[in-house]
Amino acid sequence: MKRLAAFIGFFLLFLLANRFLPEIIDPYYLHLFTLSCINVILAVSLNLINGTTGQFSLGHAGFMAVGGYTSASLTFYLGPKIIATLDFLPAILAKNFVFLFALLGGGLSAAFLGLLVGIPSLRLRGDYLAIVTLGMGEIVRVLILNVEAIGGARGFSDIPAYTNLFWIISLTALTIAAVASLTASSHGRAFLSVREDEIAAEAMGVNTTYYKVIAFVIGAFFAGMAGCLFGHYLQLLHPNSFTFLKSFEIIIMIIVGGLGSIFGAVVAAVILTLLPEALRYLGPVKDWRMVIYSLALIILMITRPQGLFGNWTPDFRRWWPFRKPQPVA
Amino acid sequence: MQEFLQQLVNGVSWGSIYALIALGYTMVYGVLQLINFAHGDVFMLGAFFGFYFSRWTKIAQEPTLFGFFATLLFAMAACALVGVIIERAAYKPLRERPRLTALITAIGVSLLLENGGQLLFGVDPKFFPSLISETRLYESANLVISNLPVIILVVSLALMLLLRFIVMKTTIGKAMRATAFNREAAALMGINTNNVISFTFLLGSALAGAGGILVALTYPKIDPLMGLLPGLKAFVAAVLGGIGNIPGAVLGGMILGVSETMVAGYISSTLRDAIAFALLVVILLVKPTGLLGSRVGEKV
Amino acid sequence: MPPNTSEPLLELATCSISFGGLKAVDSFNLQLFPGELVGLIGPNGAGKTTVFNLITGVYKPSAGQIRFGGKLLNGKKPYQITACGLARTFQNIRLFGNLSVEENVKIACHLHYQTSLFGSVWKGKAYREEEARQHQKIESLLEVFGLKQLSREKAAGLPYGQQRRLEIARALATDPKLLLLDEPAAGANPQESRELMALIRWIKEKFKLTILLIEHDMQVVMGICERILVLDYGETIAHGKPEEIRKDPKVIEAYLGEEAV
Ligand SMILES: Nc1ncnc2c1ncn2[C@@H]1O[C@H](COP(=O)(O)OP(=O)(O)OP(=O)(O)O)[C@@H](O)[C@H]1O
Ligand SMILES: [Mg+2]
Repeated sequence: MKRLAAFIGFFLLFLLANRFLPEIIDPYYLHLFTLSCINVILAVSLNLINGTTGQFSLGHAGFMAVGGYTSASLTFYLGPKIIATLDFLPAILAKNFVFLFALLGGGLSAAFLGLLVGIPSLRLRGDYLAIVTLGMGEIVRVLILNVEAIGGARGFSDIPAYTNLFWIISLTALTIAAVASLTASSHGRAFLSVREDEIAAEAMGVNTTYYKVIAFVIGAFFAGMAGCLFGHYLQLLHPNSFTFLKSFEIIIMIIVGGLGSIFGAVVAAVILTLLPEALRYLGPVKDWRMVIYSLALIILMITRPQGLFGNWTPDFRRWWPFRKPQPVA
Repeated sequence: MQEFLQQLVNGVSWGSIYALIALGYTMVYGVLQLINFAHGDVFMLGAFFGFYFSRWTKIAQEPTLFGFFATLLFAMAACALVGVIIERAAYKPLRERPRLTALITAIGVSLLLENGGQLLFGVDPKFFPSLISETRLYESANLVISNLPVIILVVSLALMLLLRFIVMKTTIGKAMRATAFNREAAALMGINTNNVISFTFLLGSALAGAGGILVALTYPKIDPLMGLLPGLKAFVAAVLGGIGNIPGAVLGGMILGVSETMVAGYISSTLRDAIAFALLVVILLVKPTGLLGSRVGEKV
Repeated sequence: MPPNTSEPLLELATCSISFGGLKAVDSFNLQLFPGELVGLIGPNGAGKTTVFNLITGVYKPSAGQIRFGGKLLNGKKPYQITACGLARTFQNIRLFGNLSVEENVKIACHLHYQTSLFGSVWKGKAYREEEARQHQKIESLLEVFGLKQLSREKAAGLPYGQQRRLEIARALATDPKLLLLDEPAAGANPQESRELMALIRWIKEKFKLTILLIEHDMQVVMGICERILVLDYGETIAHGKPEEIRKDPKVIEAYLGEEAV
């Protein structure tokens, strides 16, 4: 009951944010906020695969692409028909209903690809898995290039602009909450055991096959939704946005944040989205920003390989004023 | 049939370039278990070193065979130096750290070379001088064999043979193999593994430099991002053959080169970039350690 | 002493496996009856750990059958075998090093959880009750093994002896009927070995276990085992009560070499 109330509370809060934030905040900052949120979703979901389960995926951009393109096809081709049949609803509700449908479609299609990609993880370890996931991502991209119905090499344009602050905030919050709650559960410990020692995990009754595949499926699901948000925000999807460099970018976020730390993934995703923007203001050295970025990465790896936060996650519950008193250990 | 032969010649010559680059990946992986993502960018540097060298020495104006070899050697030497510097500056401090750290550093180095390259050389493509004027060696109704693919093939085969000689017959080659087999044991036997690792980078980067020149002969448009995809595919070739395995890298490169040209020639040139990865997925699912690779299972 | 009237709990019939040309285990037979504590000994490389790996499904036998409580285990995955009521420790400790002591044991409880993936994200009442129940169980287990004070410590940071105990505690958390211990006394001093013997006897009674034990420390083996099997080069060379094994010339030869006889 309490939880339901909280959900409704957040729902209303996010609706209010959606209504009033654009009036008080500069559009450029809202733009950065949106991009940061999308990267947060990507980083947190990849962290489940790479950080928590210890599988090495370099194909996250592929999941994002599949989710983005599937959902864009849904809203572009099916959307108008659905809205037409929903004419008894107010237009704004019908539109958002279509978007919810597209989000789920994007997430599920990416999850299906995650299932396919998860299967090699049963036979391949470490670097071999990394290169196969990278390859799968590239195959997805080349296939997209070859399908004219979704724009091919020109890109998919005229996607309806359904992404708004409400969806951005809700999905970011949902992703963080769901992944954090999962990680802190019995199933979450099973993911961790796969990372720590597969043989011991099996011997303790953990079905490692299942958890490896399911990590890919869940991670891909959220990445697919991020792709959906991305496409319906820019109203344009282009295969070049989903090269392996995008996958590298997400990997770098979770490494910089500290592999396995959700908190770190969130902070690093925001920092690394804003950093190149901030470097724009450096005046004469602005051409150097990508060089600075890569140098910073190298130096960070040499001086602080565990990332900014290591495994550390702040215990937010400690700051919650209404918590029950805990027995002291 | 003739068309098939034509594709085969091009495929083998293209494959020999993949093989050259793949060798660097595989040797580094052998001694360090590191995917050196920056290797493809060293290949790009090879092309640029050749470009500036041939302009500066005026070789570009009057191409001669000697001029070509001088450019090739210069690019190889310069890339070897860059390779060793990268290893000493970026990878060596991470020797005892988790492998993931080194891998991310490799991605960082790769980004650095690409972005640094864009800053130094400019974003727009440059045109590599035709150091070897194209002539036709053989011509019939629908089979044309020009000298370029043949020269590429001959040069790369010669370099591979040289590499094989170094690895199999010399003391440092023996030390390389020992280090690849078991780094700790090799160190205990008095091998200076740090030097061996640097030497491995030196060899691999020199080969990548040569690859850069050879590619630029056929595709003269060179730009700072040109190493990205060929580098990745060469790595795929190394994995196909069984990473860490030198003959495997050559085999993987050839298979990849030939299948890419065949797909481009007979099916669709836009699918060309996917074939490497499709091949990779299929082969690894059937044989998880690559064609020639082997690995003993973990003892419990 | 083996109560021949009852059904064997674990039965291996002519099990073999080779690695390359090496016959690591050669038509190995074993019957374990409920409530027994049997020792498996033999020189280094005799194939003892490999027997454990066959039983727990880490390796597939090239021939032979393995039955547990009458059920055929061949072809089952290790996690399925564990779910049948069979747990093990590892010779070269395999803890979940970066996780806490408590988490290590909790992971072994995971197979008893009923909650679905969604349920565990939602964390409803049923899940929280389950979690509380398992938590109680873990607390008492850690208490028994003297690890309760360390429950928040990282497993990899524990001293060697405690890591071995944690491995046993973790195995017990799966609620096994049969416990396979691979050299639990390795690296222990005589005092610790004695404590360990007492602990093994105690958990055997408390949790109504059947135990198969690999051990090089003869004090321990002779002290607590009711029956002993001796392996050499993958073959069973002797089988009997501790006193018989101690005197068996074949065993002495296997351990000390031919000249010693
Ligand atoms: N995965 C494997 N691959 C190849 N050989 C193996 C493998 N596992 C075990 N062996 C070999 O099988 C033989 C038996 O090994 P095992 O580990 O069972 O011996 P053990 O009796 O447990 O010895 P120890 O007392 O030293 O633990 C050894 O020669 C070992 O090298
Ligand atoms: Mg053993």
